[in-house]
Amino acid sequence: MTSAAEATRMPQGVVTAAPQAVTVRKRRTPRRLAGRIAVLAALVVATFVFVYPFVWLLSASFKPRGEVFDNRLIPRTFTLQNYVEVWQVAPMATWLVNTVIVTTLAAVTVTFSSALVAWGFAYFRFPGRGPLFGLVLATMMLPGAVTMVPTYLIWKELGLVGGLTPLWGGNLFGSAFYIFLLRQFFLGLPRELFEAARLDGAGNWTIFARIAAPLCKPALILTLLFEIQAAWTDLMRPLIYLQDSSTFTVPRGLKAMLDQFGFGGEWHWEIVVTASVITTIPMIILFFLGQRHFVQGIATTGSKG
Amino acid sequence: MAATTTTAPAGVEAPRRRRSSVSSRDARHAWWFIAPWIVGFLVFTAWPMIYSAYLSLTDYDVISDPRFVGFDNYRELFADPKVALALRNTLIYTVMAVPAHILLALGLALLLDRAARSAGFFRTAFFLPKMTPPVAIGVLLLLLFNGQRGAINTMLGWFGIDGPAWTTDPDWVKPGLVMIGLWTVGSTVIILLAALRNVPTDLYDAARVDGAGFWHRTRAVTLPMISGPLFFVVVVNTIAALQLFTEAYTAFFGSGNTTYSNDAALFYAIYLFQQAFEYLHMGYASALAWLLFLVIMAITAVQMLVSRRVVYYEGDAR
Repeated sequence: MTSAAEATRMPQGVVTAAPQAVTVRKRRTPRRLAGRIAVLAALVVATFVFVYPFVWLLSASFKPRGEVFDNRLIPRTFTLQNYVEVWQVAPMATWLVNTVIVTTLAAVTVTFSSALVAWGFAYFRFPGRGPLFGLVLATMMLPGAVTMVPTYLIWKELGLVGGLTPLWGGNLFGSAFYIFLLRQFFLGLPRELFEAARLDGAGNWTIFARIAAPLCKPALILTLLFEIQAAWTDLMRPLIYLQDSSTFTVPRGLKAMLDQFGFGGEWHWEIVVTASVITTIPMIILFFLGQRHFVQGIATTGSKG
Repeated sequence: MAATTTTAPAGVEAPRRRRSSVSSRDARHAWWFIAPWIVGFLVFTAWPMIYSAYLSLTDYDVISDPRFVGFDNYRELFADPKVALALRNTLIYTVMAVPAHILLALGLALLLDRAARSAGFFRTAFFLPKMTPPVAIGVLLLLLFNGQRGAINTMLGWFGIDGPAWTTDPDWVKPGLVMIGLWTVGSTVIILLAALRNVPTDLYDAARVDGAGFWHRTRAVTLPMISGPLFFVVVVNTIAALQLFTEAYTAFFGSGNTTYSNDAALFYAIYLFQQAFEYLHMGYASALAWLLFLVIMAITAVQMLVSRRVVYYEGDAR
């Protein structure tokens, strides 16, 4: 895997894959070998710890009610009953559809609007650009709690509380973090390209939509992926805005199921466990689809700090 | 970054030509591109902040009109034992969670940096939990940390340790939350690993020639060289810890959970949420929000001040 990290390492004069660099660093003394084995062993143990909860959860979802807590990683009695029941005891299918709708709208709108704004800040020169962009960065630091109540009141005023719109509507106006991220990518594109296009008679929109945006595809995909994850996993906004169970997203539904079937309720943990698996699986798939983007994107986030 | 170098020369090269031909038209077009953010900023940031400041001086239950009460909410806030409790819980959690998170992430990143070829596989394994919806993490907390039959206590039992009632004993609720939180160190590991790989190898070689061992190299070379990203993840994780909500709310609060909701898990964001959306005390909740805002700003400012002394920015040296 060629990561951003490895790419940035090259200018320092060390090519990661170059054999001569390796031979300088690694003499095959017994002590060095022991060190390598110790590192590998520690990593294997850590991996076990990190993967264990997934395996536990997945295997518990195939166990009958009485065996959920037996902590066996391979079910003694294997059953698919939970996956049949989970759709019957709760409107799981509706929740999934709601979540897909919200997630799609949230990700598409925020990517489009943030790209527009990022391009505005990256390409154009206009009075007040610096301070205005400073303001964008400042909003990134603002804790969501401060605007939570008035934002709720806005959606209430618009008569949209109880529906799905408040969960994604704010994304129409871009999001500071993505604007920042995309602007960095846009700034990395050679300006001559756009000057040439301008001489060929291309307008501002054409330059953005036909030239800049396609060249920024990796960053746009990253924005989509980040927002899909954020929208899919959000619990707080569904808690605030959704009242009727038929409008729930999957995380909100999972919370409702936990309340109904968990310790405070009927102790049907096998249902809760199965619903948890269904809530989580799409995110795992998303990660494997966009693994490279996720890893590179997060690595660059840190280097901007 | 390369970004800054591309803009600067372009601006220096031909300022006059641009200003005369396209600049004024450009400036007008720019606003069309930025318009979405400006509208969003006014409607969803600026106005809410002003309105929230006003609401914090009122009694407002959404049904009847806001009633101006001056600074009553702020007075009440300092007298409310639940606010003190929530603040204390939140600070205790943050003080436990952030150092643990950073140390574990740093340890894993250092291991991954030494693993060279197999790093990709392990990195994936460490990152995967970060994809788990926080609500599912709350569920996992209740299951794995269950006092009687949870997997954690079963494993502790193998070593003859009688594990505590993580999810019901008030003394162990926060350590449990910290531990399940450590499961999601993945993104911090990735950031620190990228930073480690940016450390020029010749620095290590020089240190090695000087006879510095692994620990000495880590302290004298690695930590100063990655102090920028390290500071970044400390700040980000502190802000996140101060706003902890979903995992704790899922596990310890909610309609069916009243018997299990307990004071040890009453974090600030949860109390704020309850006041606003369960009791509909919108005015009081707004005052709570502003206090949280001030606390976060103060802590971040202190961290910034400390960082000026501690953080080494590579750019300075070049």
